[in-house]
Amino acid sequence: MSETITPVRTYLVVFLALMVLTAITVAVAFFELGPLNDIAAMGIAITKACLVILYFMHVRHSSRLTKVVVVAGFLWLLFLIGFTMSDYLTRGMISMQGTIG
Amino acid sequence: MQGESSHSWGLAHHFDSFDQQREASNLGMWVFLVTEIMFFGGLFTAYVVYRSGQGAAFALGSHELDITLGAINTAVLIGSSLTMALAVWAAQTGRRKAIVGFILATILLGGVFLGIKVVEYSAKFEHHLVPGPNFHWNGPEAPGVEMFFNLYFLMTGLHAAHMVIGMGILLVVAILAWRGAFSPENHNLVEGIGLYWHFVDIVWIFLFPLLYLLGRNIQV
Amino acid sequence: MSVTVTTPARRKNYLNADYGIKSWLLTQDHKRIAILYLVSITFFFVLGGVMAALIRVELATPLGDMVEPDTYNRLFTAHGVVMVFLFLIPSIPAVLGNFLIPLMIGAKDLAFPKLNLGSWYVYNLGAILMVAALLRGGTDTGWTFYTPYSSTFADSEVILTALGAFVVGFSSIMTGLNFIVTIHRMRAPGLTWFRLPLFVWAHYGTSLIQILGTPVVAIAILLVAAERLLHIGIFDPALGGDPVLFQHLFWFYSHPAVYIMILPSMGVISELITAFSRKRIFGYKFVAFSSLAIAVLGFLVWGHHLFVSSQSIYAGLIFSVLSMLVAVPSAVKVFNWTATLYQGSISWQTPMIYALGFIGLFVVGGLTGTMLATLGIDMHVHDTYFVVAHFHYIMVGGAIMGYLGGLHFWWPKITGRLYSVFWSKISAGLIFVGFNLTFFPQFLLGYMGMPRRYHSYPEEFQILNVLSSAGATILGLGYLLPLIYFTWSMRYGERASDNPWGAYGLEWETSSPPPTLNFDEPPVVTTEAYDYLAMRDKKTAA
Ligand SMILES: [Cu+2]
Repeated sequence: MSETITPVRTYLVVFLALMVLTAITVAVAFFELGPLNDIAAMGIAITKACLVILYFMHVRHSSRLTKVVVVAGFLWLLFLIGFTMSDYLTRGMISMQGTIG
Repeated sequence: MQGESSHSWGLAHHFDSFDQQREASNLGMWVFLVTEIMFFGGLFTAYVVYRSGQGAAFALGSHELDITLGAINTAVLIGSSLTMALAVWAAQTGRRKAIVGFILATILLGGVFLGIKVVEYSAKFEHHLVPGPNFHWNGPEAPGVEMFFNLYFLMTGLHAAHMVIGMGILLVVAILAWRGAFSPENHNLVEGIGLYWHFVDIVWIFLFPLLYLLGRNIQV
Repeated sequence: MSVTVTTPARRKNYLNADYGIKSWLLTQDHKRIAILYLVSITFFFVLGGVMAALIRVELATPLGDMVEPDTYNRLFTAHGVVMVFLFLIPSIPAVLGNFLIPLMIGAKDLAFPKLNLGSWYVYNLGAILMVAALLRGGTDTGWTFYTPYSSTFADSEVILTALGAFVVGFSSIMTGLNFIVTIHRMRAPGLTWFRLPLFVWAHYGTSLIQILGTPVVAIAILLVAAERLLHIGIFDPALGGDPVLFQHLFWFYSHPAVYIMILPSMGVISELITAFSRKRIFGYKFVAFSSLAIAVLGFLVWGHHLFVSSQSIYAGLIFSVLSMLVAVPSAVKVFNWTATLYQGSISWQTPMIYALGFIGLFVVGGLTGTMLATLGIDMHVHDTYFVVAHFHYIMVGGAIMGYLGGLHFWWPKITGRLYSVFWSKISAGLIFVGFNLTFFPQFLLGYMGMPRRYHSYPEEFQILNVLSSAGATILGLGYLLPLIYFTWSMRYGERASDNPWGAYGLEWETSSPPPTLNFDEPPVVTTEAYDYLAMRDKKTAA
């Protein structure tokens, strides 16, 4: 198995895309869009991260194992945040008297 | 399957081929990066937990950050990722001087990033926004704002520490590259530090919106 | 398997390949690094054992008449910290795993030998920090470092101990990373995933936990240190911080950490059960995948430590159900081991006695674990001796039994020497009896309401406490014996043959002790794991 060499052109295109996305995310932050603000900011950040991972870090042309490792890493982060939040988001939900909210 | 004698230079004794060595080194680096995700993950969890409880105070905090400097730094760091990717490309295609040049450019951009960070930190220091006894904030949201700056300094500080370490390693790799240590078959070190550098970039790609942007839309 | 190795009387091996202290301290041979680890962890096992002995002496009487309450706090903290971080976590992986994984997969070494040696130095650095904390008076937070006590109130060496745990954590990460890459990339030709020994599968699962969990506890500990040192109060309630968040981060690692201790042990047991039943393991794939299932599920249950810590009742429900689910893959293993015994030709060698002891004790520990996962029961017995007894059944009855069983099984391979059969069986018996006598009364004490972490107790608890202390004496004796006869065997023991147990596996096909590069000829694997039938046929054909 030898390496696939990504052409320089691809790197430049990805770089430009990342720059444009940065500009968009800054611009969007100043408009009042309600919950969409957070969604847009995180959506763009995730898109940018995917571009870096797929192209700069060559995951697009890497083995299936590498892909699994990357996905597992973020999945476990999601486990950590998700299950922790399952506590914090439901703490106030019980309406019994004498319960700490 | 061969004995010691037929091993070529740069191939460790316990590997059978350059491919095996390269795949092992690559996988090792990725597994390491997963541990880094989880390491930063603890802080991201703390951020999500506290922001979910004190969104207003966090919005106040983010208004204190300099969005222009933050955006410039984002561009600088993404630029350094580009030069890093090109350094790996140079290694793959056997361009010795280009490797050195691109790595030095990466270090330079990293330096610019840290320089701007220092400017930002000192402004926070002057405005009494550094957590601890000297922290000062007028208003009922003071505890929440201090918590925001706790997280701001911990997250950006840990990120900056990763950059300093990365730049140190990059310098060593640049010297090795100058001496001709890398070839198209064997440049695992360049590739490995490249992955690390891109990871540091990704952390910032998330830190920037989380710390600088979220809550900007709210009028204060 | 196709390799046959002849054994000249005194051939070169990894032990006599080089001499002198430098050849050990700078070695990159996984087998020598395993020995280095063995020396380190044995030292800390003894140290942690001494702490345990002091605790049991204090608890022999209801009055707190030997040590001050504060000293007692420091004592059980030291016992926990040393045993968990410096003994149990590295025990099987860093010693047996380190030694055996390359042998079992037919590799010359681990993928990153320098990282392997580095991990030993990092381990010792962390250990030195912890010992320094001990010498300066110790820490009184318990091994769990709960905030806000640890971050704000404790007036003891919290930072040094925490820093030690932080550093030792990195050695654990290094080991896990090395194993994962090695198992993926260094297997001999023909050695597919489903031909791997179950010991290797178990270590793969363990390594996943080490690399995914350890960084989280590392950052949590760092945050406590930051709060103490720099006043960056991330858990400070005055800033709207939540001390319980520390518990979340801490147990995200520390619950799976229990599986770092028990999974490798289960791997050992799978090897022992097949070897001494002379049978292929029942349901190979189920046992293999149950290791992965335990590793993954183990990450989703940590909230069962927070049932009474103001955690939301809904989160408690989820964590309770998921905790019980872990019983499924654990039970799969126990049932498959039992089914393997069925109609096997069982021989009662010392390692097998340990293996059978493990199964019994693990079942007790596991079943009481499901009891504790039940919200209602946990409210009653939380922070009592019931919990103490439960996790000692897992960590001592399970993990250490497995470790000793493995050590007795592979000792001839590691040292090339045999130990005393008689004394080893005596010690296995003493440990089993002593262990039960120490910890079973603690279930009763806990159920009657005796809380953990107190140096005195009401008089009606004395009989059970005296039984427990008496059991601890027997247990201590049982642990002392192997220390003596293993040491003795290194010089005076009879020389072991390459395969003294007639067991199946690549590690038994090379010489005892193995040569530096493990095999004279790179092995090629053509048969399934534990194929005792083929092995017997080959022998009769020869
Ligand atoms: Cu648990």
